[in-house]
Amino acid sequence: MSALDSAAEERSPLRELIAALGRSRTFLVGAAILLFWIFCALFGEFIVPYDPLADDIINSLLPPSAEHWFGTDQLGRDVFSRVIVGSRDILTVAPLATVLATVLGTTLGLITGYFRGLVDDIVSRIIEAFMAIPVVIVALLAIVALGPSTLTVITVIGLAFSPIIARTVRSAVLAERELDYVAAAKLRRENALYIMFGEILPNVLPPILVEATVRLGYAIFAVATLSFMGFGIQPPSPDWGLSVSTNYGMIGGGFWWTVLFDSLAIATLVVGVNLIADGVAGTLDD
Amino acid sequence: MQLENPAIVAFILRRIALSLVTLVLLSLMVFFGGQVLPGNVGRAILGPFADEASVQALNQSLGLDRPYIVQYWDWISNFVQGDMGMSYAFRSPVAPFVLDALANSCKLALVAFLIVVPLGILGGIVAALNVNRPIDRIISLGGLSVTVLPEFVTGIVLILIFSIWLDWLPVTATWPEGAGLGTQLYHLILPSLPLFLVLFGYIARMARAGMVEALDSDYTRTAVLKGLSWPTVIRRHVLRNALLPTITVIATQTGYLIGGLVVVETLFRYQGIGSLIYTAARGKDFPMLEAGILTIGVVFALATLAADLAYTLLNPRIRLGAET
Repeated sequence: MSALDSAAEERSPLRELIAALGRSRTFLVGAAILLFWIFCALFGEFIVPYDPLADDIINSLLPPSAEHWFGTDQLGRDVFSRVIVGSRDILTVAPLATVLATVLGTTLGLITGYFRGLVDDIVSRIIEAFMAIPVVIVALLAIVALGPSTLTVITVIGLAFSPIIARTVRSAVLAERELDYVAAAKLRRENALYIMFGEILPNVLPPILVEATVRLGYAIFAVATLSFMGFGIQPPSPDWGLSVSTNYGMIGGGFWWTVLFDSLAIATLVVGVNLIADGVAGTLDD
Repeated sequence: MQLENPAIVAFILRRIALSLVTLVLLSLMVFFGGQVLPGNVGRAILGPFADEASVQALNQSLGLDRPYIVQYWDWISNFVQGDMGMSYAFRSPVAPFVLDALANSCKLALVAFLIVVPLGILGGIVAALNVNRPIDRIISLGGLSVTVLPEFVTGIVLILIFSIWLDWLPVTATWPEGAGLGTQLYHLILPSLPLFLVLFGYIARMARAGMVEALDSDYTRTAVLKGLSWPTVIRRHVLRNALLPTITVIATQTGYLIGGLVVVETLFRYQGIGSLIYTAARGKDFPMLEAGILTIGVVFALATLAADLAYTLLNPRIRLGAET
């Protein structure tokens, strides 16, 4: 390899980031967990032993055994198959909500940070006021009013999380807008839209990336909680939160396998995503 | 306190104004969500088979045929005076339900706080005094891992362990009529644990960060070098400076606590404001839902306001110095 090549390689920030993440044990563990569940979401239905939606009343509420590793639920459905396939809906809804929040929040943050002045003052006060309201409550109200549907859940969580991302982006933009390259772009008479999205945005991507991964963890938390309460993912999905919600009424009867495995699945996914967020934040901070 | 300092007075006024803006914004959202978005309330109550005339008559008697701005003003001015409207489900005033539920929730929140605050601070202190040793790793990583788990997940696992397998604690949080304080507490331990787990990580992390910073500071080194014993240094110099930010964090956690209450009270069938909101939401009892949410908003705004003011008055230098 020539000296020129290795110099170019060292300078690529993306490659550096990937290499650094590969050295972060926190990130790797989190990524392995997330990849496992993504694999289950994509291919789970081809590898599970039973149809996760098929009733089998005669075999209902069987404890774990060699035939049904995680037992069966009150309709005789195989819990193991449902847990594996149950990752699909939450892994669709939560990332989409996070993308929506990131796009909206980044746009808001760029505008308020770049223009400052009156726009910034008004929007920032509204953002501050909005952030003082518990997200679950806002989501609950909006979903009841609009009727529960996947699209509503995505929109509500996306909207509710966008102010937090906007605040992060704004403070990053405030530092960037004083730098020479922005002044140079202004001298070239570039329009504000280009300066914001073409010049500043690429330079504030690292904090946006960190904030987005953190938000993904919270989005999974929120979607699971809303599904548990009956306002998120709707039946007949084998979604974990929904399964816990339909089965926990019988917990006094000792049918622990109908709720424990779904709960543990949620726990691993949430912890996995948070490990990724920690790993990304730690890598970018160094 | 130097209340005569104009900068502090201005800050306090600004802070109160911000709380008011938050509450107005929340009330607009609640009104919009509860009375504008659902559309035809009369139709929703009477069902799809009622004839159009009775639907309109009901809407008229509920005052829903008036312009939104009039309805909003009517609703919010009544609310401020303590009249929270009539429940669709119970056909009686909402206020007594909300206040009873609020009192129950406060009991649960209080138990959770009484467990988590001392233990969280203690955990943070122990971690900070053993930075990067195994015990620090266990407290920090363990605390953060359970903090990110949804309350119903930890709740289910706790119920399985302590109620079903060990049979130590009751499954539901509802105690028998007229039970004494001891019995009430006994029923509240299990529901407060999921809240404890969510809050412990945050509080321990803040206490740890504050302690580490204070231990690293020049005044601590001076205290050590002038010959004070280590316990005295910790007590007189480190703890005092380390715990102030922790106190603010604890108060700002009321928001998370309230979100958590909705879930925990539903899971444990506890008659608090969270389960009131949940039941109202399921039954589309909008006056009840609106009153519940707005009440929670008021409590939350007051708690964060009190936290910010306490922090400012205890330590004006930090807050006002950082103000731009």
